[in-house]
Amino acid sequence: MKLMFAALLGSLTLAVLPMAASAQDGPTMKRIAETKTFTIGHRDASVPLSYIGPDGKAQGYSIDICLKIAEAAKEELKLDKMEVKFVPLTPQTRIPLLTAGTVDIICESSTHTIGRSRQIAFLSTTFLTGSKLLVRKDSGIKSLDDMNGKALVAALGTTNEKAAQVEIDRKGIKLKGGEIIKVKDHSQAMLNLDQGRADAYVSDDVVLFGLASAAKNPAEWEVVGPYFSYDPYGMMIARNNDDFRLVGDATIARLVSSGEMQKIYDKWFMPGPTNINYPMSDRLKTNMGLVALPE
Amino acid sequence: MGSYNWNWPILLKSPYFGWIVSGFEYTCLIAVLAWLIAFPLGSAIGIARSVDNRFARAVGTFYVDIFRNIPLLVQMFLWYFVVPELLPHDLGRWVKRDMPYPQLTTAIFCLGLYTASRVAEQVRSGLGAIGEGQRYAGMAMGLTGFQVYRYVLLPVAYRIIIPPLTSEFLGVFKNSSLALTIGVLELTSQARQIEEYTFASFEAFTVATVLYCAVTLLVILLMRVIEGRTRIPGTITVGG
Amino acid sequence: MLGNFDYSVILRSLPFIWGGMVLTLQLTALAVTGGLLLGVVIALLRLSPLKPVSWLAAFYVNFLRSMPLILVIFWFYTLVPKLIGSSISGFNSVLLAFVMFEAAYYSEIIRAGISSVRRGQISAAMALGLTKLQSMRYVVLPQAIRNMIPVLLTQSIIMLQDTSLVYVVGLRDFLTTADVVASRDNRPIELYGMVAIVFLVVCFSMSRLVGLLRRRYAL
Repeated sequence: MKLMFAALLGSLTLAVLPMAASAQDGPTMKRIAETKTFTIGHRDASVPLSYIGPDGKAQGYSIDICLKIAEAAKEELKLDKMEVKFVPLTPQTRIPLLTAGTVDIICESSTHTIGRSRQIAFLSTTFLTGSKLLVRKDSGIKSLDDMNGKALVAALGTTNEKAAQVEIDRKGIKLKGGEIIKVKDHSQAMLNLDQGRADAYVSDDVVLFGLASAAKNPAEWEVVGPYFSYDPYGMMIARNNDDFRLVGDATIARLVSSGEMQKIYDKWFMPGPTNINYPMSDRLKTNMGLVALPE
Repeated sequence: MGSYNWNWPILLKSPYFGWIVSGFEYTCLIAVLAWLIAFPLGSAIGIARSVDNRFARAVGTFYVDIFRNIPLLVQMFLWYFVVPELLPHDLGRWVKRDMPYPQLTTAIFCLGLYTASRVAEQVRSGLGAIGEGQRYAGMAMGLTGFQVYRYVLLPVAYRIIIPPLTSEFLGVFKNSSLALTIGVLELTSQARQIEEYTFASFEAFTVATVLYCAVTLLVILLMRVIEGRTRIPGTITVGG
Repeated sequence: MLGNFDYSVILRSLPFIWGGMVLTLQLTALAVTGGLLLGVVIALLRLSPLKPVSWLAAFYVNFLRSMPLILVIFWFYTLVPKLIGSSISGFNSVLLAFVMFEAAYYSEIIRAGISSVRRGQISAAMALGLTKLQSMRYVVLPQAIRNMIPVLLTQSIIMLQDTSLVYVVGLRDFLTTADVVASRDNRPIELYGMVAIVFLVVCFSMSRLVGLLRRRYAL
């Protein structure tokens, strides 16, 4: 026991001591080469970016892009074979799992923020969205301003939850129960909304369109409100990881230049397996032009 | 993996300090209110399991079997997501929306009913530890069944089970953390939230841990005093 | 709502949920084994005549027993990877949390089992000329083990139920897979209901079995 404590204390001390930052080449490529596996972190219900399909497997727009990155990594490392593994995540577990090296890349609907960039790194932006509300059509709610006395649900640890809180405080909106109901993930939030415990769910509009399109009766639901946050999505990777980042960003650039990105987009959004029908916005088109670096 | 940037002062900053305080308050509130349900209900069920009436015993056993053999987290989901849907529409709607603090109330109710099954087991074992002789002696003195329990058996039984009841109370205190799964921002949940906002996971978890340990220590010390004060010389004790 | 149940949703998702069940069983089996082994070590350390050793073991036990399991899971899940600084799967982090946590409880049961054998018996054994080790092996342990096995089994049933808490970190156990299906197909009543019934049947039969064992082998 004593030994275990000593070991624990020892590791604590180690964790405190700043370790010398190694060169720019990170641990990810080395790990992929050694284990011959490429581990993708995904979500359960970020429809249609990263979610569990009817067959129980991970799929979506972000997943497809990451599969291309996996291929590129395999080629770069000249591996004869490489297995692609999938690990499910929640907004609360994704960063610890990434910094731990349990997953190599997180492919879902994560917003690139300055705060998160202190912990982990992002590849080029591959999607743009912002916070809106999902409500029942007959609820009469058109924006956050109509939320006085209504219950709002959000997934804990999302940028939307924080953005909504800022708006609520700024506008002095009095929610039912005084606070946002904070749940684990999209699916719990949707359950709360569907059962009538909450009147609105705040999340990125694309996710909300996805959830509505996948609902039992999509016609019951409506995504409302002006954007009150700006959420550029990118794949998350570990920090100080230039060789892996290059593989990722180059893959994204080539996908855009070759027109393949548009095909992947159309496959998932036009109208997509859940009939979401979400055409690429002009803003996203501009973004795509910016990330398509020349060779 | 690289250095960890310690940031203890952040815990004292607004709003994080307030979050810890409010989380701690919720945790204590849930534990105390759930205990107020669990103790009387559990006692009643424990007594029911010790009486001669077969029907009462069967009801008591049934209750304990159901509540002890389903994971508490699953019970939480049943009360939160399933039961309101099975109720008549208006009542279900009231439970989901108009009941004051729906998440908090559901959590307290769920924990109270679950802990009652555990208290019942302790009360029953406390009653079982008292020799049958005392029951007969009470009856022989002309006491009614109720009086035997009220004046002879229960005062002894409760004293015997102070240590296990203390751990049951601490159990409810710790189990209050499960309320986070239905969206109650109690202590553990607030620690998570601080982690989400500041990435100071180590600091946030440490504060929560220290608070849980402090309350546990306090309760144990308090109950030791009570146990010492109420001890009947020469009686048996049941281990926790 | 009543009469509107759709049980076919369970059948359709059975392979996925079964995968969750396998993870639950694996986690339970490994955690029980690891917890028991570590529990024995801690119990022995607690009974050690060396004061600092027994004090440290007691600190470990009381410290972990005053923490909610959810918080322990979060600690290990977020911080073990940071501490050891290398790749560790979510399953292994959680397994480690369960082993460390359950060991605290198991060690108490084992210690109580050993202490329940009266001192007089050890003295008697030693008077008969047995060494300290022999009296432990032939006199104390056989009785102690009989005393503690039902309690250890009961604790393991609780542990099986406790594994459902990995839900908070999204590990794909029985409850979490059912939860994924519940929200994906919007069938919370059927799915949560099924989870409750399965646990009830399994844990109820196991506790009855333990009760039978207890009566049969009681001293």
